[in-house]
Amino acid sequence: MASPSLETRDLTIRFGGHVAVNGVSCAFRPGELTVIVGPNGAGKTTYFNLISGQLRATSGQVLKDGRDISRLAPSGRARAGLGRAFQLTNLFPALSVLENIRLAVQARAGVGRQFLRRAAAHRDLVAQAEHYLEATRLTRAAHLPAVALAHGDQRKLEVALLLAMEPDVFMFDEPTAGMSLDHAPEVLELIAEIKRDTARTVLLVEHKMEVVRALADRIIVLHNGALLADGKPEEVMASDLVREVYLGKRGAA
Amino acid sequence: MTKLGPGGWSVRLIVLAIGVALLLAPFLFPGVRPIQVAARICVFIVLVASYDLLIGYTGVVSFAHTMFFGLGAYGTAIALSQSDASWGALLIGGALGVLAALVLAVLIGLLSLRVRAIFFAMVTLAVASVALVLASQLSGLTGGEDGLTYSTPDLFSPATPLWHDAAGKTARLFGVRMDGQILAYYLVFFCALLLYLLLLRVTVSPLGTVLKAIRENEARAEALGYRVVAYRTFVFGFTAVMAALAGVLYAIWLQYTGPDTTLSFEIMVDILLMVVIGGMGTMWGAVIGAAALVMAQYYLRDVMQAAAGATAGLPLLPALLNPDRWLLWLGIAFILLVYFFPAGIAGTLTRREARK
Repeated sequence: MASPSLETRDLTIRFGGHVAVNGVSCAFRPGELTVIVGPNGAGKTTYFNLISGQLRATSGQVLKDGRDISRLAPSGRARAGLGRAFQLTNLFPALSVLENIRLAVQARAGVGRQFLRRAAAHRDLVAQAEHYLEATRLTRAAHLPAVALAHGDQRKLEVALLLAMEPDVFMFDEPTAGMSLDHAPEVLELIAEIKRDTARTVLLVEHKMEVVRALADRIIVLHNGALLADGKPEEVMASDLVREVYLGKRGAA
Repeated sequence: MTKLGPGGWSVRLIVLAIGVALLLAPFLFPGVRPIQVAARICVFIVLVASYDLLIGYTGVVSFAHTMFFGLGAYGTAIALSQSDASWGALLIGGALGVLAALVLAVLIGLLSLRVRAIFFAMVTLAVASVALVLASQLSGLTGGEDGLTYSTPDLFSPATPLWHDAAGKTARLFGVRMDGQILAYYLVFFCALLLYLLLLRVTVSPLGTVLKAIRENEARAEALGYRVVAYRTFVFGFTAVMAALAGVLYAIWLQYTGPDTTLSFEIMVDILLMVVIGGMGTMWGAVIGAAALVMAQYYLRDVMQAAAGATAGLPLLPALLNPDRWLLWLGIAFILLVYFFPAGIAGTLTRREARK
């Protein structure tokens, strides 16, 4: 089995007396798509925030390819190869769709400090940004400000930013939330495509059971901030404990 | 999109007209006062454009911009007044002033750009106040409240002919004496043009997009891999250098440097007004705002004098139009501008064109 590209060890965060993520140890390997499920408030997004650096852990570590990145700022973790898309749309509202994506491309290419050449003269950057526009079918909206997009298109742009970062580890936080039925399959197809690349590790927070079934190689269940179950989809879904805390409440899926 | 950054055609035409007027100012508007106004506009364009890069593009609020302006000016002034009026003194003094601005900006940036925007603004206000107090207290070095009067190299003197006519006097071109002052004006003009074009280029570079991204959504820029504090510190230092260079130009032009010409908070407020009038985050607005406010400061009183004279026979109007009330009318003009051009002149005109 390949060595883990991402690992959390005893990852814990406390907000006052409340333990939002409680000692989660888990390793994620390239070529594997792990879906993180759990009831609302289980700590899924908080777990993501701890991994990508928006929150600092109270204790425990995050390791990328064996290196401890727990003390790095989010930008350092992004440069280490972690890419994150957000559950609540988190874009650059006044910038054009193309500029939004170019920002992700040029962050990876390391030309963010270049200030004497016009951005448009960096043809390779623009071409790559256009490629991801195409992939997410946003080409027609390229020059609109992000704020002018419909909700579904903003969600797609959020995904496009993550794709354009070309990270080793992709972290999707409910990528299809609030998307119409005709847009969601496009995004899921993009995720399936990433999954086919065996060098990539994918983490996905998702509620919809049909999505989980279609994509998951592995499921981990968080409950009250702790790791409740971890295994192949069929094992986890068959587990009585999981049915009780999670599936049971939502009715048989 | 366009090649030189945002801005509709009407905005570009206005900016081009102002640029041509400044280029030909000594010939179009002969006399002592117009050339002073034109030089001040040139210097303030650089000052306001660099401030726009900081506040309008990156979203960093600073009140220390006049301090950096002052460091460039005082560096030049102190070197010129302590030694002879040599090129060496001018260059070394100017370079030291700019260097001091850079070092101070990077220090302030590294120490305080991590904190929330409002606290950063407070820190810059405090540091700028200290600089103002120091300038007035260290009178042995800075001339205190009186400032420093000094000579620049002879080449910039009005008594220096650039070339002679047949009679051996200072030559005239279109009736304008070709003397050192003309040369000094064009030094200011072309240096300001160069610095402005550099700032314009930064706004359309990859770095410029990162700056706007930081303004729009700092946390997301960080999540993409941009070290926000480093970018903020860079832009703070870069704009400080631009402001200091504007200060060097102004010190050369005025042959006088004092708190009222470079350091005072009145100038800081002027810069803010110019950015707002022109349009924040447009870069073109710097030209429009600087030209509009400097013109108003120099000529509004004359216009009112004439208007008061023309309405002499009417009741009330002459009293209202008395030149002493020029600040009242400037205030009214500002309120009307903000009402009709909420995004500044350049910003609002661009939006209107985009909507068509």
